[in-house]
Amino acid sequence: MSDRVVEVQDLRKSYGDLEAVRGISFHVDRGEVFAMLGPNGAGKTTTTEILEGYRTRSAGDVTVLGHDPAKRERSLKERVGIVLQSTGIDPFLTVTETIEMYAGYYPSRRPTDEVIEVVGLAEKRDTRVNKLSGGQQRRLDVAIALAGDPELLFLDEPTTGFDPNARRNAWEVVKNLISIGKTVFLTTHFMDEAQYLADRVVVIAGGLIVAEGPPASIAGREQMRTRIRFRLPNGTPDPDPRVRRLPDDTYELQVEANETTKTVHDLTGWALDHGFELEAFEITLPTLEDVYLQLTGAEVGT
Amino acid sequence: MNDVALTARQVRYTNRAFWRNPQAAFFTFAFPLMFLVIFTALLGGGTVIRNGLEFNQSTYYVASMSAFAIITACYTNLAISVTFQRDAGILKRTRGTPLPGYDYLTARVTHAIGIAVLLVVICSAFGAAFYNASIPSGVSLFRTIVVVLVGAGSFAALGLALTGAIPNADAAPPVVNATILPLLFISGVFIPIGDQAPKWVDVVGNIFPVRHLVDAFLGAYYGKPFFDFSWTDVGVVALWGVVGLVVAARTFSWEPRR
Repeated sequence: MSDRVVEVQDLRKSYGDLEAVRGISFHVDRGEVFAMLGPNGAGKTTTTEILEGYRTRSAGDVTVLGHDPAKRERSLKERVGIVLQSTGIDPFLTVTETIEMYAGYYPSRRPTDEVIEVVGLAEKRDTRVNKLSGGQQRRLDVAIALAGDPELLFLDEPTTGFDPNARRNAWEVVKNLISIGKTVFLTTHFMDEAQYLADRVVVIAGGLIVAEGPPASIAGREQMRTRIRFRLPNGTPDPDPRVRRLPDDTYELQVEANETTKTVHDLTGWALDHGFELEAFEITLPTLEDVYLQLTGAEVGT
Repeated sequence: MNDVALTARQVRYTNRAFWRNPQAAFFTFAFPLMFLVIFTALLGGGTVIRNGLEFNQSTYYVASMSAFAIITACYTNLAISVTFQRDAGILKRTRGTPLPGYDYLTARVTHAIGIAVLLVVICSAFGAAFYNASIPSGVSLFRTIVVVLVGAGSFAALGLALTGAIPNADAAPPVVNATILPLLFISGVFIPIGDQAPKWVDVVGNIFPVRHLVDAFLGAYYGKPFFDFSWTDVGVVALWGVVGLVVAARTFSWEPRR
């Protein structure tokens, strides 16, 4: 069996004069969590819905589990689970009934109890959908997508609108999916989500992929500069020729990531030698958000 | 599972959800019976003259409310609830599963027809118990069953066709009522259309399927000498059903229209 679960070549999609997706290529390998990261309107949902078979593409090649999703073949749908960005569930069925109803459409199923366990709804199994909270309904969305034991799961912004606690819980659900061997295609506009969950990230902005790679090193993130900040008592000499004094009397020093340890050692050594205290001492590694803002910020308005 | 088994299974889930939605179930069942009681109480003592024959209005209403029940269950209810499901994204989700779309819709229509049959049985039993209406038997029974099934199927097709013209769930009840209420009034569902009715009411009523469904019901239910059954009425209803099916096939949307 091929290890390429999704293969996209030069995908384009236009709505009238607007080209929402302007020629993107990427692939998803079996067993990985692949995240598509980008601001609203970047083309994430358009791309996802083309892969899911809801939209047709204007140009390019798309293969999902060896099928062309535009043909909407039943044999493909039997192997894919979809969590749409916003979608409803019949309000009058219980959690168990809902999962069983959807499971019945698939040739292979996961046991209902197990699915309920994976998404953490065990205590709500006999509760009707209209009595569930928004977060619980979202977990039921995932449970429904899992019911047919799919090889590939699409999660389109699974945690948008969640409070921080619910997001953490949702992430654990996704981590559980990974542990049961699913391939996950995730879209999100949260950096921390991509950082925490994804093996590989593409950043999309204005319908184009602007960066691709593992979250830790995407767009040269590991080469970006580390920021060191601290305060010193008034009248202290500058400890290092590279420091900059910020308007709020904080000193800032930006160094290459691979110089971080040495620089910190020099600084603290200098402070000890001179009997100063480095107040509010802070080391900030470049975050995915820094990378993202740099990438998508440059794209906005072009 | 094959399509028949999948559809049957879906009918069971649809039915379970239907009965757990108290408002929908209540109005679907309460309206025809309530109207039957009200109209019979207000007008039941009178007579109506159709084709030169005189009718007792209470027996008339048993038949016309059965027609109304079919329209409520298959047209009004189906159009509104399918639009709600479309707007809520339930249809879109279903579309992403291996369940074929026609299995899903067949299940919805089958369930609506089942509710219609149940309503007609209740109206008939009610009519027999309280209004001396006869329960059809023999050829009348056969004709009544045909009328119920053709009527329910056709109005379900028209209900699905109408969803294509409804922009969102909020608009569903007014749009559905705007299309059906005037027809219910000019087609003799609420007010019997006698021979003395204005000509235009007769002409307009005969174009649309509601009048033909009512007449088919009267004919099937009572037959000669009260009201002559005509297969033409059944044919016109069926033709509208086919038109509904064609329109639905072209305009039905699985995704919210936002």
